[in-house]
Amino acid sequence: MDALDLARWQFAITTVYHFIFVPLTIGLAPLVAIMQTAWVRTGDERWLRLTKFFGKLFLINFALGVVTGIVQEFQFGMNWSEYSRFVGDVFGAPLAMEALAAFFVESTFLGLWIFGWDRLSKRVHLACIWAVAVAVNLSAFFILAANSWMQHPVGTRFNPETGRAEMESIWAVLTNSTLWAAFPHTVTAAFLTAGTFVAGIAAWWMVRLARTRKPENVELARTVYRPALVLGTVTMLIAGVGVAVSGDFQGKLMFEQQPGKMASAEALCEGTEAAAFSILTIGDLSNSCEGVRHLIEIPGLASYLGTGSFSGPDSYLPGVVDVQESYTERYGDTDDAGNPVSYTPNLALTYWSFRLMIGLAIGSVALSLAALWFTRGGRVSDNPWLARIGLAAIPMPFLASSFGWIFTETGRQPWVVAPNPTGIDEIRLLTLRGVSTVVSPGMVLTSMIVFTVVYGVLAVIWYRLMHRYTVEGVPAVVHDDSPEARTDDAADRPLSFAY
Amino acid sequence: MDLSIFWFVLIAVLWTGYLVLEGFDFGVGMLLSILPRGDAAHREKERRLLVNTIGPVWDGNEVWLLTAGGATFAAFPEWYATLFSGFYLPLLLILVALIVRGVAFEYRGKIADAAWARRCDLAIQVGSWVPAILWGVAFANLVRGVQLDEAHQYVGGFWALLNPFALVGGLVTLVLFLLHGAVFVALKTDGEIRARARRLAGVLGVAAVVVAGGWAVWAQLAYSTGWTWVAVAIAAGGLIGVLVANRAGREGWAFALSAVVLVSAVVLIFGSMFPDVMPGLGGGNSLSIAEASSTPYTLGVMTVVALVLTPLVLAYQAWTYWVFRRRLSVKHIPAPVGLTWQRIKDAAF
Ligand code: HDD
Ligand code: HEM
Ligand code: HEM
Repeated sequence: MDALDLARWQFAITTVYHFIFVPLTIGLAPLVAIMQTAWVRTGDERWLRLTKFFGKLFLINFALGVVTGIVQEFQFGMNWSEYSRFVGDVFGAPLAMEALAAFFVESTFLGLWIFGWDRLSKRVHLACIWAVAVAVNLSAFFILAANSWMQHPVGTRFNPETGRAEMESIWAVLTNSTLWAAFPHTVTAAFLTAGTFVAGIAAWWMVRLARTRKPENVELARTVYRPALVLGTVTMLIAGVGVAVSGDFQGKLMFEQQPGKMASAEALCEGTEAAAFSILTIGDLSNSCEGVRHLIEIPGLASYLGTGSFSGPDSYLPGVVDVQESYTERYGDTDDAGNPVSYTPNLALTYWSFRLMIGLAIGSVALSLAALWFTRGGRVSDNPWLARIGLAAIPMPFLASSFGWIFTETGRQPWVVAPNPTGIDEIRLLTLRGVSTVVSPGMVLTSMIVFTVVYGVLAVIWYRLMHRYTVEGVPAVVHDDSPEARTDDAADRPLSFAY
Repeated sequence: MDLSIFWFVLIAVLWTGYLVLEGFDFGVGMLLSILPRGDAAHREKERRLLVNTIGPVWDGNEVWLLTAGGATFAAFPEWYATLFSGFYLPLLLILVALIVRGVAFEYRGKIADAAWARRCDLAIQVGSWVPAILWGVAFANLVRGVQLDEAHQYVGGFWALLNPFALVGGLVTLVLFLLHGAVFVALKTDGEIRARARRLAGVLGVAAVVVAGGWAVWAQLAYSTGWTWVAVAIAAGGLIGVLVANRAGREGWAFALSAVVLVSAVVLIFGSMFPDVMPGLGGGNSLSIAEASSTPYTLGVMTVVALVLTPLVLAYQAWTYWVFRRRLSVKHIPAPVGLTWQRIKDAAF
């Protein structure tokens, strides 16, 4: 493998890994804030127990989100320095804004929240977790602004003297239609992830307690875990609709902005009207669409996803071959080093990652239906199937998000900055031109191995901690009525929380 | 003033924020098994005490680095590209160090087990020593100049970064952060460990005068401009002030002065680089501020953002330090609340 392939693998590994933790952080921070708000407003201690329980899981997750994010910030310079030179004038701005507007808030206020239980008034302490919840979502906005610009560069001119992209309008960059589709989609996907996480755990705990048949356990299941299950289910339902609506919208945009991605998502060879959406396709997995056979299809659906029409001339979807032709005409059939370029992304990967992203939502759908049914009319369920579905559903939205990104990013190939069909042609960059030229394959390989090993170890620790702290269940609330608890700052009272 | 020069200064300010704030985090991390004394149980309590002095703030401190990185990307893309692809391996080591260190802070208390705590302590220490040295190596190379080709790509290779001047530069940040950390511990703790930290700060202060003073004079004579002598003089005065204040038991002053020393170090470094962001070795092919900079439009946008947000960041971070202003001592450290290994292993779905 050369430095380019290695750099691509490395970016894929570190970014997908970062995005394991990100969706849970984005969705769970507001849910924990809601739980704490319920406690502060009603004084009902069930919500305090839930806040502490899910808050701890949130923190275990957040730690890995932070440390894997540090790598992301510097990777563009390390492995993609030519890319950085080309795009920096535009792309750097949202990155810097993200740090200034979001990362400072989330890290500072999270520190206050973790250690501030007895230092801050209830309301100020509550405001801290809300600040975190807003900031993590804000950070998603800015980083997606950067990413959306790579998918659909706007607000930019080309400077032939410096040979780089230069920003003309920050407003255009921040109002990019791609961004306003990707942001709701990513955030609702994150809420779906967190809702499934909360509901899955609560369902498992409720069933587990109810099955003991001990009155105090059933009471705990009813008063603590059932409300959590309801909160998670409501989140899943709202977020699920949001994901589908925003995803549909993204499909339409993608059809206009990156027709090649749409064609390869459908493994559609020749352009056609009323294109079907295939559920199962077999054939030659090498990158030619010729040997592909669609086995199960839903007529017209692919056309609908891309164009909004099931049939008729409006429903025409271009195929991989058409896109290849029109790109070749526009951008030539060789790169500037004279090597042939294929404008077709990896078909098998885009096809299957698109389907897996959508299909894996099934876990959350099943869990919400099961939860609605088994807990109807205030019931506490002891049905083991509810617990099983709950546990099985938890990993699915994580995987769906990863596949969504794998689809978005690999479907963009061979471009790292995809040309905007209605923009200026000079604003485009082939991935192979973005890689650092002074970094040797050995160096990239070294860093790839180092990150993979370190991340592998961290994944094991993260999983075991999440697992065990889940099995511990909600903590009891300790009431400290001793005289020390009421003394002031100068006192010897131990910290309410310490590392 | 030209906006690109303003941004050069602003990036220096962001690095100052980073080195002053994470500087003491690194110091505390490095002192983790140097300061604690007594029997095993007491040492463990003192180690936890140290970790908790920075517990609420270390992540916020680290964001100064992320912002410096992001701002460099936005304001000086060429600099960002050349620097981080050129200093690839040292940066890789720093990143890994920051990863293991951050995780160790957060997960140390999650498992109540002596062996686990030892492992996390090791991660915290490696994660503090390595960047404390390597940041100095990196900055000293920027002062000295690095080998660039006409396209401003770094072509010197890894070993060229380990020249004597840069290695001494690594020692400088090392000893300055150790001192900064010791002074911070003296300021933030009470009891025996406070006295020990003060004694150690006295020794480290003398070491800092020798190492940092020697390096600064070397830098001035070999690579710097005239006016940065001012920074050297302020740093020297600051170090002496740290020693005096530390002796007199004025810990707040000692800490403030040790921050002043770090500020002067940044002034010296960035002052020597000016008007380049990556001086070429022997002056050849230097990448200048003007060449590296973004367009006036982008710089203008970023200026508005920075002028609005930076004061806010300073305000709420300052408030955090105020909220957690209380001195900690071992009696404030509660019993461990983490789960035992056995429980972690027994987890069963
Ligand atoms: C859609 C959301 C999203 C996406 C696409 C990314 N991140 Fe991220 N990132 C977050 C959402 C997020 C977050 C929710 O804000 C995190 C996750 C956990 C956390 O602590 O904050 C975070 C943490 C995080 C941190 C640590 C912040 C801290 O110390 O508090 C950095 C430096 C980055 N990210 C940088 C990046 C870069 C350069 C990315 C592009 C390749 C990237 N992230 C993709
Ligand atoms: C929003 C911020 C993001 C930016 C700025 C970004 C940018 C990039 C860049 C520069 C590359 C390397 C060039 C290439 O090979 O295409 C890349 C590739 C890739 N990214 Fe992203 N990315 C972002 C988010 C993500 C996320 C969150 C994921 C997944 C969780 C992801 C998955 C991938 C994958 C799988 C590749 C490899 C594609 C390939 O080489 O075929 N990206 N991205
Ligand atoms: C009805 C179902 C869905 C549809 C129609 C849909 C549609 C899409 C489309 C078209 C894209 C690519 C956008 C582009 O490359 O321009 C995308 C990306 C993505 N999807 Fe989905 N999606 C669905 C369900 C899901 C689910 C269930 C999840 C996760 C829980 C998810 C997470 C993502 C993510 C993280 C991305 C990458 C970021 C982005 O481009 O927004 N999607 N989706």
